[in-house]
Amino acid sequence: MSTKKAGSDTGVREALVSRIAGRHFGRPGGLLPALHAIQDELGHIPPEAVPTVASVFNISRAEVHGVISFYHLFRTTPPGRRTLYLCRAEACQAMGARALEKHTKQRLGIGFHETTADRRISLEPIYCLGNCACSPAVMIDDFVYGRVTPERLDALLEEG
Amino acid sequence: MAAEAHRVFVPRDTTARSMGADGVAAAIAAEAAGRGESVTVVRNGSRGLYWLEPMIEVECDGVRHAYGPVQSSDVAALFDAGFLAAGEHALGLGPTEEISYLARQSRLTFARVGITDPLSLDDYRAHGGYEGLARAVELSREEIIGIVTESGLRGRGGAAFPTGIKWRTVLNAEGAQKYVTCNADEGDSGTYADRMIMESDPFVVIEGMTIAGLAVGATMGYIYLRAEYPLAIRVMNDAIRTAEAAGLLGDDVMDSGRAFHLEVREAAGAYICGEETSMLESLEGKRGVIRYRPPLPAIKGLFGAPTIVNNVITLASVPIILAEGAEHYRDYGTGRSRGTLTVQLAGNIKQGGLVEIGFGHPLRELLEDFGGGTASGRPIRAVQAGGPLGAYVHPSQFDAPLDYEAFAEFGGMIGHGGLVVFDDTVDMGEQARFAMEFCAIESCGKCTPCRIGAVRGVEVIDRILSGDDEAGNLLLLRDLCDTMVAGSLCALGGMAPFPVISVLDHFPEDLRAR
Ligand SMILES: Cc1cc2nc3c(=O)[nH]c(=O)nc-3n(C[C@H](O)[C@H](O)[C@H](O)COP(=O)(O)O)c2cc1C
Ligand code: SF4
Ligand code: FES
Ligand code: FES
Repeated sequence: MSTKKAGSDTGVREALVSRIAGRHFGRPGGLLPALHAIQDELGHIPPEAVPTVASVFNISRAEVHGVISFYHLFRTTPPGRRTLYLCRAEACQAMGARALEKHTKQRLGIGFHETTADRRISLEPIYCLGNCACSPAVMIDDFVYGRVTPERLDALLEEG
Repeated sequence: MAAEAHRVFVPRDTTARSMGADGVAAAIAAEAAGRGESVTVVRNGSRGLYWLEPMIEVECDGVRHAYGPVQSSDVAALFDAGFLAAGEHALGLGPTEEISYLARQSRLTFARVGITDPLSLDDYRAHGGYEGLARAVELSREEIIGIVTESGLRGRGGAAFPTGIKWRTVLNAEGAQKYVTCNADEGDSGTYADRMIMESDPFVVIEGMTIAGLAVGATMGYIYLRAEYPLAIRVMNDAIRTAEAAGLLGDDVMDSGRAFHLEVREAAGAYICGEETSMLESLEGKRGVIRYRPPLPAIKGLFGAPTIVNNVITLASVPIILAEGAEHYRDYGTGRSRGTLTVQLAGNIKQGGLVEIGFGHPLRELLEDFGGGTASGRPIRAVQAGGPLGAYVHPSQFDAPLDYEAFAEFGGMIGHGGLVVFDDTVDMGEQARFAMEFCAIESCGKCTPCRIGAVRGVEVIDRILSGDDEAGNLLLLRDLCDTMVAGSLCALGGMAPFPVISVLDHFPEDLRAR
């Protein structure tokens, strides 16, 4: 997903956030769907979106911030061009996920919750993709790969 | 008249795709075009024989023949071997229904999974779909709940609470608005039955929820679906639209004059939101912090209204119970564990996959006869049963039958039915450490034993492993586990110590200075 640059179009982005939040405000429990929709659109939930969402939903900024920070899959910084989610949970551990994690971090030169300097890849931990019969598993954006050896991972990273 | 097109089935489920099913489907279409063969590729669900994925099938004279695992590079050779006429090939598995892994199962809840096109309502109906709801609309609320109670169905999300009793509580609770919520957060590592059925037979989840709605007088349902399952989210949403268009959801369900609406709500990656009160908070758009109980969600649940919270598999088991009757279902199983269990074989296992089978089979049978031992070919050292809060089961315990009570006897848990297998290269000290680390990452923060205890747990284990006062810290670790078990508000902090204690008890040689 391409992420718009902050700056000149900040006003445009605020209007967009306001419009998205407005679409979900009327729904019961609409805050989570609104936050998802904002992240789907912008790639992340920028800090400037918090006051806008708060005013649309008529709740405090602290509440909006509290919800965003509670959930691991909401992010407040722009992701790289692709996001690599590496499964760290037990069924993947049983098939070499720890070694895969080490390899990945070394190869990309970043840790979890970080993005490569060229902004190609963001690396995130994830705890089970339901692919546990063909572990270890990773997800790139929204496509899951199974039986991922370090070599297979390198090949997948080359592709994009 | 032109010859009828050959029907070739290539699964569209996440795991099949993760192993290359999309490429295989494309290669088959291209190869067929190149050879002038008339082929229809059907993207079915997965049969759940995951070590054989991508497993393709071809229909000949009404019998489906399987080949797998197939890679795109195998496709030309399969055509050469005449696979369209079930020709012999090294990847040939014979008639699918005769593959012993499948033939030995009792597929009730998963009756259609892998057979049908998940999003074809016609296919669903042609295979017994919506017979349960058709029966339910003829019955009173009490009668529906009576059948579910008699079937012996207990919640498949982990706590194994009798489903009929839960529904009756909701029925009897006061409230103008009631809700049915489906817990599709499936956070336990080693489990994928919810994902599989949502991707491969979404209408059965919808039908089960609709029956639940009729039974308690709820007109609105939510599926709380984990964000880690993007494909399941798409399939469920598509199926809901189709059911609405067919009058199977909406203001007048199946011309019954009764309403039931359904919506998918995407979760956002917090394990604790699988706990039911936390899930309800999240559905309300809040932080997923645990609620004190009482009141039970059945009495004061979503937005304060009486609410059914059931696991996906629980709800997906309801249609067949209504269609075939309570006895048919309860004839499977043993003791107080009635019906079928959907075992999910995962981790270091040669033949990983979904096994739906009556309760009561010994764990060993699943690991050895179905699973075929480890993928690495090395001995099994430990099996984590029941997810990240479940004990590590030692090989000396493998004769235990898979039933809720028998597992509880030795401190084990069936939970959602996941079995994660480890070979003898596993470092059980690291596994104990991860149990605490996971609890620390996922704690909702409401109570101290869990929030602080889990962080301390990681530190204490690190000290043990690094040789810093090993004896003293081992005592401290036991103590900390006791405190968390006794003092935590919910089962995350209350059970995260179980895997740790099982390592202390059964694999003590790994929890010491190195
Ligand atoms: C930490 C924790 C996580 C849970 N995660 C899930 C889950 O992902 N899916 C689920 O169905 N139940 C989960 N449960 C169990 C639910 O609280 C609840 O018992 C269940 O959804 C009820 O449905 P059932 O009666 O059909 O099993 C979890 C419980 C705890 C304590
Ligand atoms: S045990 Fe942990 S997850 Fe459960 S209420 Fe306490 S802090 Fe929250
Ligand atoms: S544990 Fe990694 S996919 Fe389930
Ligand atoms: S709720 Fe406060 S210590 Fe558990």
